[in-house]
Amino acid sequence: MSAVWQILQALLCVALAPLLTGIVRWVKARLVGRRGASPIQPYRDLIRLLRKELVLAQDASWLFRAAPYLVFSLTWLAAAMVPAFTTNLLLIPAADLITLVALLGAARFFLALAGLDVGTSFGGIGTSREMMIASLAEPAMLMIVFTLSLLAGTTAPARIVDHVLAGGIGLEVSMGMALIALILVAIAENGRIPIDNPATHLELTMVHEAMVLEYSGRHLALIEAASMVRLLLYVSLLACIFAPWGISQSGKGEIGILIGLASYGAKIALGAVALGVFETAIAKMRVFRYADFLGGALLLAVLATIVLYVSEAV
Amino acid sequence: MKTLAAQALIAIALLLVLCPLAILGHRLKAIHALVYGAATLISIHLAGLGVMGLLDGDAIGSAGVTLPIGLPWLRAHFRFDALSALFLVVVNLGTTAASLYGIGYGGHLAHPNRVTPIYPLFLAGLNLTLLADDAFVFLIGWEFMSVSSWLLVLADHEKPENREAATTYLVMAVLGSFCLLGAFGVLAMNGEDYSFAAMRGAVLDTVEVTLLVGLVLIGAGSKAGVVPLHAWLPLAHPAAPSHVSALMSGVMTKVALYGLVRILFDLNRQADWEWGALLMLLGAATAVLGILYALMQTDIKRILAYSTVENVGVVLLGLGLALAFRASNEPALAALALAAGFYHVLNHAAMKTLLFLGAGAVAATTAERNIERLGGLIRLMPVTAVTFLIGSAAISALPPLNGFVSEWLILQTLFKAPSLPMWTMKFGAPVAGALLALSAALAAACFVRAFGIVFLGRARSPATLDARDPDPWMRAALILTAGLCLLLGILPVTVTSMLSDVSQSLIGVDLSESIIQGWPWLAPVSAARGSYSGTVVVASGLLMILVTAIVIKGFGTRKIRRAPAWDCGHVEDNPATQYTASSLAQPLRRVFGTSLFAAREQVEMPMPDEIAPARLSVRVIDPVWQGLYAPAIRAVDWLANRINRLQSLTVRRHLLLMFLTLMVMLVLAAIRRMLT
Repeated sequence: MSAVWQILQALLCVALAPLLTGIVRWVKARLVGRRGASPIQPYRDLIRLLRKELVLAQDASWLFRAAPYLVFSLTWLAAAMVPAFTTNLLLIPAADLITLVALLGAARFFLALAGLDVGTSFGGIGTSREMMIASLAEPAMLMIVFTLSLLAGTTAPARIVDHVLAGGIGLEVSMGMALIALILVAIAENGRIPIDNPATHLELTMVHEAMVLEYSGRHLALIEAASMVRLLLYVSLLACIFAPWGISQSGKGEIGILIGLASYGAKIALGAVALGVFETAIAKMRVFRYADFLGGALLLAVLATIVLYVSEAV
Repeated sequence: MKTLAAQALIAIALLLVLCPLAILGHRLKAIHALVYGAATLISIHLAGLGVMGLLDGDAIGSAGVTLPIGLPWLRAHFRFDALSALFLVVVNLGTTAASLYGIGYGGHLAHPNRVTPIYPLFLAGLNLTLLADDAFVFLIGWEFMSVSSWLLVLADHEKPENREAATTYLVMAVLGSFCLLGAFGVLAMNGEDYSFAAMRGAVLDTVEVTLLVGLVLIGAGSKAGVVPLHAWLPLAHPAAPSHVSALMSGVMTKVALYGLVRILFDLNRQADWEWGALLMLLGAATAVLGILYALMQTDIKRILAYSTVENVGVVLLGLGLALAFRASNEPALAALALAAGFYHVLNHAAMKTLLFLGAGAVAATTAERNIERLGGLIRLMPVTAVTFLIGSAAISALPPLNGFVSEWLILQTLFKAPSLPMWTMKFGAPVAGALLALSAALAAACFVRAFGIVFLGRARSPATLDARDPDPWMRAALILTAGLCLLLGILPVTVTSMLSDVSQSLIGVDLSESIIQGWPWLAPVSAARGSYSGTVVVASGLLMILVTAIVIKGFGTRKIRRAPAWDCGHVEDNPATQYTASSLAQPLRRVFGTSLFAAREQVEMPMPDEIAPARLSVRVIDPVWQGLYAPAIRAVDWLANRINRLQSLTVRRHLLLMFLTLMVMLVLAAIRRMLT
């Protein structure tokens, strides 16, 4: 059965990701008093982009054309490995959280290179800032994995789910710190406010948008879809580690899967609303303040591991 | 059938013979291709011997070879064990690629006759060190390696910076050998003689162990490029011809690590966990500092040399963990940490050789090593670009390539370190983990920069406009090493099962129970602890790319129009408006460099009525050079000036000095006799 659930999960990632982004945008619009586009607008946008003619810069090399496919597939692969509604997935043993971080890192690597490929100054500025953010966010993420591996004795997300559901982790200070650090990392990695503004096209503040400025048509559709899948991935990751209730474990049968799917839907919706509220309530940061924000996340994650021993010793 | 050790020795002897042949035939145009061709074949043979040793433990045989040369009371001992077999594979994979590359490259150097005769000696030195079974042969091999590579660094001695690099290198090499000699002395003092077999029986007290580890760390660490002893490395490695740079960075640093492993894990196993903790933190610091240095550089070969410092740090971290686990009676974890370190040794040899050879191809065709003046080479040098991209992705630890597997293994082992009872390890492991993760992320930034500026964008200077891919031999070397990076990443379990024998021989535990959950699952500690499968990740990744491509092609329009770049509407034809390497690194320089390297930016803006260019200058200070090397150089100068006076003494005073020395020695001998 694990193969069937794996395929279902992979399809679900792609199918739900635009909806999540749509809901976030809709919530944000409502909160600032606009009527807002319907939550299914991102689907229409993607289809429109797919049908549009592709305009390719004259200096673009094969790397520029291959990057969207690589970026999307790597992100999709990573998303398919996060237990969303069941832990009984075929690919679970193939990758743990470290691999997941590295798969997203690989996607970013190619996107950053694509930003440099055409040889424009905006592409460069985006790449430069993206790599600075990544160089702080990635270690923070790995330290969160470190904390989780100490708490749950494993780096595999499915096993962490099992461990939490079995009541293996009580109310731990470290867990709270890891949660905050993971939220900070998720905000940075998805280019949300206060790090980056997904809706901006103001040159001096763009990060992600500057990197993909030269993309159009189906390439842009793939890159947009990849960002949406990545957002979904982080929401699923937060849900499966810190709120795994409802996720079906192996041997729970079809009813368990249905409960898992329903609870997953509820968690996603909750995540979308929370993100929308957070983004509306906060202002964007200056570029060189990012280091404080992400350095804080890194330090918090390191402290989470150390607090673990202190609390043990006391 | 001869033993593997004897076969390897014959191969080394053949390498030595190549040197006089190259000198005799220096007038022949084909001699370079012939010598490099022969070196390629011998390297393949030696690598094959290593693989045979790893695959078939029985083939190794415990008996060594003793030759009646060398010191009369010692003679020369050689031995071929699992550890030498592993490093023979590592070294000779690198030398195979570099020699293959040399067939095309060696004859076109500015001064080929300065390189071709020395090159086989360098290979011989590298291999000899691995087969040594006594301190004498080991140091002979080590010195062979140092001196021949010093000569190769001097191949282009017309440039003053190369002479300076060579001198710094020689001084550090002498210091290193001196410390290793001391380390062997400490071991031999308690054993019978200078043979490794005797040293294994030596039991040291705490002071002697401290002395031993300290000397080994300086001796082997300086050769490997451990911070703060690394400063010579980024000067010397890039100064040599590119295929030699590849060997110095990819392979020679590994032989230095071999020395460290041989002494601390085989000859003497008394080093306590504190040393493991020290090595772990030193390795982590080396990794971060090395890659931060690399991010500040604009010379492509120097970027690669600094990245070597980073990777040596990663390996050292693994070795430190292994020491700490071994001292704490966790042999399974120690074996795992050791295997992770060895895996990274193997990986780094493959990827750094690849990257240096690629950089050599770029430098050869454009005559330019400054990346600020390169750009757009992906269209002109497709093979070099693809292979360099594979190398860059591998060294940035991206799945499914090889660099990721070893970093994953090291992280997994590191995550187990807090289970040790020592508080230093509990607190040190998260710090080391954070530094390791930081170095991996910075490596990705560094290689996005290196690849992006050199191969992507538009040409930044006319020199790059008629760049071409190198000749077929050099291309073959690039493709070979790139393929190796792929294979080592996709088939991790095959590699770890080959490493099993090595950890068995050093720790006494093989990896079978902890690492092999059946092909293709790599599950280091246990299946529930977290597992990885390069094979499955590649297969599912390819499937997803395929599905994506089919859906996109089937669903969307296929129309493509070529147009000028958009760039928010203000497109500039001048390639100078592109992002440069320095500007790309600017945010990272501000975040990390301001305090660490005292990096300062200075903007000189002319007044509105002035006709002068605006200028932005960046100043980066190397704290290690300023804090350690510069005072050391001043101290040596001062001392040398004082000692200079002794040279002009009269004969009478010289005789007096000799007499006084003799007296002091006699007194010392008398005191020693009284004490014992």
